[in-house]
Amino acid sequence: MDYTYLKTVDDRWYRQRLSATLLWVLAVFLILVARLCYLQIIKGSDYRRKSENNCVRVHSIAPFRGLIYDRDGVLLVDNRPSFNVSVVLEDAKNPKAIVTKLAELLDLPPETLLETLDKTKGWPSFKPLLLKRDLDRDAVAVVEAHRLNLPGIVISVEPMRHYIEAELASHLIGYLGEISEKQLASDRFPHNRRGDFIGKFGVEKAYESFFHGEPGTKQVQVNALGQVTGVLETKEAVSGENVYLTLDVALQSKTEATLAGKAGAAVAIEPSSGHILAIVSSPAFDPNVFVEGLTFDAWKQLSTNEFRPMENKAVQGQYAPGSTYKIVTAMAGLEEGIINKNTAYYCPGHYRYGNRTFRCWKRSGHGAVNVTEALAQSCDVFFFRVGEQLGVDRLARYAEGCGLGTATGIKLDNEAAGLVPNSVWKLKKKGVPWQGGETLSVAIGQGFDLVTPLQMVCLVAAVANGGTRYRPLVVERIETVDGAVVQVGEPEVVGRLPASKKTLQILKRGLVNAVNTPSGTGWNARITGVTVAGKTGTVQVVAMKGDHEKSSHNHKPRRFRDHAWFVAFAPAEQPRIAVAVLVEHGGHGASEAGPIAREMIRTYLGKRYD
Amino acid sequence: MIDRRLIQHFDWVLLGLTLSLVAVGLLTLYSAVNAGPDIAHVTGPLYLKQAYWFAIGATLMVGMFLFNYKWLNRWAFAIYAFSVALLVAVAFVGKEVSGSQRWLVAGPWSFQPSELVKISVIIVLARYYSECASEDGLTLKDLWKPLIWTLIPFVLIAKQPDLGTGLVVLLIAGSVTLFVKIERQSLILLSAAGVAGSLVAWFFLLQDYQRERILVFLNPDRDPLGAGYHVKQSIIAIGSGTLLGKGFLKGTQNALSFLPEQHTDFIFSVLAEEWGFLGSAVVVAVYVLIVIWGLNVAMRSKEPFGTILAVGVSSMIFWQAVINVGMALGLLPVVGVTLPLISYGGSSLAAIMLGIGILMNISMRRFMFKA
Repeated sequence: MDYTYLKTVDDRWYRQRLSATLLWVLAVFLILVARLCYLQIIKGSDYRRKSENNCVRVHSIAPFRGLIYDRDGVLLVDNRPSFNVSVVLEDAKNPKAIVTKLAELLDLPPETLLETLDKTKGWPSFKPLLLKRDLDRDAVAVVEAHRLNLPGIVISVEPMRHYIEAELASHLIGYLGEISEKQLASDRFPHNRRGDFIGKFGVEKAYESFFHGEPGTKQVQVNALGQVTGVLETKEAVSGENVYLTLDVALQSKTEATLAGKAGAAVAIEPSSGHILAIVSSPAFDPNVFVEGLTFDAWKQLSTNEFRPMENKAVQGQYAPGSTYKIVTAMAGLEEGIINKNTAYYCPGHYRYGNRTFRCWKRSGHGAVNVTEALAQSCDVFFFRVGEQLGVDRLARYAEGCGLGTATGIKLDNEAAGLVPNSVWKLKKKGVPWQGGETLSVAIGQGFDLVTPLQMVCLVAAVANGGTRYRPLVVERIETVDGAVVQVGEPEVVGRLPASKKTLQILKRGLVNAVNTPSGTGWNARITGVTVAGKTGTVQVVAMKGDHEKSSHNHKPRRFRDHAWFVAFAPAEQPRIAVAVLVEHGGHGASEAGPIAREMIRTYLGKRYD
Repeated sequence: MIDRRLIQHFDWVLLGLTLSLVAVGLLTLYSAVNAGPDIAHVTGPLYLKQAYWFAIGATLMVGMFLFNYKWLNRWAFAIYAFSVALLVAVAFVGKEVSGSQRWLVAGPWSFQPSELVKISVIIVLARYYSECASEDGLTLKDLWKPLIWTLIPFVLIAKQPDLGTGLVVLLIAGSVTLFVKIERQSLILLSAAGVAGSLVAWFFLLQDYQRERILVFLNPDRDPLGAGYHVKQSIIAIGSGTLLGKGFLKGTQNALSFLPEQHTDFIFSVLAEEWGFLGSAVVVAVYVLIVIWGLNVAMRSKEPFGTILAVGVSSMIFWQAVINVGMALGLLPVVGVTLPLISYGGSSLAAIMLGIGILMNISMRRFMFKA
């Protein structure tokens, strides 16, 4: 390439163009400097005065947070007006004196309000600084009556979250809390300011972006006392979107009532879609206290309570599955050809493995049982033998295929993944090889396995619907205030159970017999007119020892008592509901968890089955 | 490759002017971020982050003047294609922040390819015009290619949406083209077509809400709570600075918290409030000097590619400074354009420093082409 000037254009010509450009540049900058001169020198003192005496304030209008309904449109969470008192520092002249006076009028210790003043150094003097939320009507009346003596004090009405039924579905719905500095610093909350409440747990958190809406602004003129003398402009706030849960409120409250006074969890799910119909963790908490202002003591009580009310046991709680795990062992045995539907093993009440004796829960033994009977009567010896032949690693593959050991992906906080042990895991984690006897414990759900109630309900729902595993869903749809649908919770298939139709038929028969034959362990959960299919589970909390006595349940300290499980679905022919119930230290699955599952099924399917 | 003459000809003046603006920028940024709790969502040591970006920008600048700029001519289209590809990537995988998708994210860093595109459009136009410029001016036949090269990135940027940066791309391309001269008849025709096209678009193509948006854009008083309000507050802030200003960090006067983007778009208001007419006039003067220096570099370059390239870079700095300051002063509509070397924003800082590096490159190598 030739880097000298082309023949058509010469050096001088470019010089001319550049000079013209230079003139243009200077002219434009001259205009800028002239304008600067006009604003800062000629009009400077005017603007200086204006800046010192800015009488226009911008108040932000809090948007209405989206409401929460159940699947039938029953309102669960709304907003109520809250009277907040704030101070505009610039108008208060002597903020400390004014705030002290306010505290006297409200009968509050002045230190708490003064502390707010101290903590917010550098707060813009024209902006209302929130002193106290949610005054009662008497307090509002007192402040209004003394307005002239309280320059700079303003009362505003803002929406406050209101959980209508207090503790109802509190772990699912969640709660709000003040936005943290870290959250403000991230890009995720562009609409929020310090002091705003955002979802901190549950659906309130997971669907925050739908709930929050957009704040509006009001430009107002104030007088020397800081009182609003006129509204200049208003930009209305945009309400957040309304969320319809998949929840059935009648079922949810019934379940909560039956679990009252116990620690545990219960989940009900629609087998054909994965929609969560009820999700209960007991004991619960009242989310209203989080927006009303939680004292340190109250928080300490909640967080140190031995029954862990702040934990959603249905998704965060990990428990050994107990005999409910026999569904997996049976599935693996049938699929691997170790047993067929007729294979029978003799149960004398115990099983000898190496030099150890493993007991069946029924000391007198079950006699010869096949897989259907073994499931129905929860024979341990039958599953010891199936487990022994499978080996732990084959069993683990089936457990994983059933969704155990992985989080289900429900949109709730801190979901636990559970644990499916295998020989590699044992060697890595404990440094010792797998022991054959441990496989026997795992086969009846008493080993290292850990599952969540949610995982168990998903498993049993998949057995019910013929093998399709759905991701559990909590939100049915989201609508704008005008009723336009923004999002629909479509059922999402995550996989299939590793079992053929034939295997599932056999499992189903076992589960039906467990509830519908007098010798079945789930006899307590039967409902006249409905075929319930179910499986009990009793988890020994202390390690299995030969000498431990089942009958001594009530004499044992609570923390050593067994966990009770029950998983079920109904009607067996055309399943419409699947449930999993876990009662911590409840004792027998049959007597403690079974009746709760029964009540849930009965409530959901309606009273006509009584 | 490093010739002793290169060092003799190093452009210390340009370096001095650049560093002085960056220093002013960091100080003002420190003040803007310390203004009040209202910008809590951008806290963290913003000025430190900006200082890191300055280090990156400085590296780019040095990298840019180490090699002979004739390579830019050779690789013009590759550079252009690369930066447009990044813009396309933004449309698909870009990060969205408050409604616009402008950023590409790599680890802790995010940057805006639209800033890089400004430079690559300048390079590609400089190459094209340096080959076809003539004293009679460009004809319509010469212009359709540059038009397309400009419109592709403009549309991509405007869709993000980032009208401010899109507009700067148009203005740069327009300035460079007019500098090279358009033949009289073609200019008349183009202007007429432009006017007719806008009218057709206005009456037939745009939806009502789009028209309303443009009206607000041209006249902020139509939306007095949004843009209009902030301009009023910006004017009060600047005016209240008077001759000597309120002093460093003393400008916490209302104005700061009234301004929504005091660390980016409205940083000039912060500066003018704290340093008064003296301070802000000096800053404007430094911009004048940089632009004049850029044109001087153009004049001393001994071949057209360097001349046009230098004019393009100068026009980029010129337009951004004028639009940003004009906006803060209430002379121009509010669009998001950064103040070169002063506003917070890593990509913008890096792009301007890249541009300065190009100017230095041309300046250092002016002796290599004795006519």
